[in-house]
Amino acid sequence: MPSPTSNEPIIRFDRVNKSFGDLDVLKGLSFDIDPGERVTLIGPSGSGKTTILRLLMTLERVTPVKHPEENGGVIWVEGKPFSHMEKGGKLVVANERYLRQARQKIGMVFQQFNLFPNMKVMRNVTEAPVHTLGRSKDEAAAKAEELLDLVGLSDKVDNYPSQLSGGQQQRVAIARALAMDPDILLLDEVTSALDPELVADVLGVLRDIANSTNITMLIVTHEMGFARDVSDRVMMFDQGVVVEEGAPEAMFSEPQEARTQDFLRAVLAE
Amino acid sequence: MNEWNYETVVEIFPAMWDGFLVVLQVTLVAGLIAVIVGLLVAIGERIGPRWLRLALSGFFQFVRNTPLLVQLLFVWTATSLYINPEWSAFAVGSAVLGIHYASYTSESYRAGIEAIPKGQWEAATALSLPTHRVWGAVILPQMMRRSTAAVANWIIAMFKEVPTLFAIGVLEMISQAQKFQGQNYTGAVEGYTIAGILFLAASYPVAVAARRLENRLAKSNF
Repeated sequence: MPSPTSNEPIIRFDRVNKSFGDLDVLKGLSFDIDPGERVTLIGPSGSGKTTILRLLMTLERVTPVKHPEENGGVIWVEGKPFSHMEKGGKLVVANERYLRQARQKIGMVFQQFNLFPNMKVMRNVTEAPVHTLGRSKDEAAAKAEELLDLVGLSDKVDNYPSQLSGGQQQRVAIARALAMDPDILLLDEVTSALDPELVADVLGVLRDIANSTNITMLIVTHEMGFARDVSDRVMMFDQGVVVEEGAPEAMFSEPQEARTQDFLRAVLAE
Repeated sequence: MNEWNYETVVEIFPAMWDGFLVVLQVTLVAGLIAVIVGLLVAIGERIGPRWLRLALSGFFQFVRNTPLLVQLLFVWTATSLYINPEWSAFAVGSAVLGIHYASYTSESYRAGIEAIPKGQWEAATALSLPTHRVWGAVILPQMMRRSTAAVANWIIAMFKEVPTLFAIGVLEMISQAQKFQGQNYTGAVEGYTIAGILFLAASYPVAVAARRLENRLAKSNF
């Protein structure tokens, strides 16, 4: 079994497949992410980048392959099987109970914010720490205040999400994800649903978080300036495989592959 | 003979009032069953194992597509023949009426659950919320907002169908009017008129309140 050992990556995709019906979105995809690394995934829509985040958040399941010990098809997180679990020395597809534990290290911010509209801002941020992690209400509230201050919304704790702008809602969603103390933060096109004038605030908050923490981040975005500023590595996807990867400066100024060049030209022309 | 008679109205009114109280009691019991069982069915159809989902949907398809009167007579006869002849018509009638309307309320709940955006479920998953919090804190409050008015309307509709229980001998208003008529050879018209007025007096304010509630929920912050 190709089990990751010391100095191990925090995330390892080992020949991962994902199909939706007849459509193969990921075809034997392999890559590693180091702890603390910030990686931006770029590529045309349908290239599989959002699917990667959704697999890590367990909102989708990998398409199983036979004998995963030899043939892969497994996602590893922090050196332990993530999409699968060990049972009698073999890897079997993880059940819901295993995933419930495994996904607690991972947080996600969604394109559509997905705040709970029936809860005030404060409870949106404290709900999971209290009921998932079992923290006391006071402890969760203190931490929430700190995080809401970080995202610049300490005056909105008693508002409902519907009373906030899109940018404010997204900043609450960022605070909500951070309240779980994730080791890995997944950002799925977090500014795509925002009016242009609200994008800068959200990206500013994310830049602060990138600079002040060592959370591993996987970012899907069309904001190339932001990608350049925060990421250590950019991976270009097309049709479920990595076309090209490298440091952002190199990727954005001298892309080697024609598909990357075409994609960047199209995005930057927007 | 049998002209409208105000003395008969006065004579029959106490019996009709007793019948009306029985209608309210049936509504309360059957209403609770419809509200609670309907909710459990909607949840069961969403998260239950496959066999349960199939069983529930098959059973409630059957209930929705057969007449209440037939169900009442069938269950009343079957329980008294094969299970326990001591069961009261009130209990059996309320249970059948409640289950019958649970088949409708469950559909309103189901529609309310399905109207919740997929992102709400995904956010709950991303935060690893335990199942009872996903339902209790995220899904049900949002569903209630969407389903309450529809469920209230089903309960009002159910209230108006309580007289069907006269078929199995529950002493609601129709039975009372017929009993009075049987003893006095008059009073049926007066009795049915009182029944109509009492139904209207009870259901109209509730319908208005349900509409107000609907408007208020639509304007609330969530």
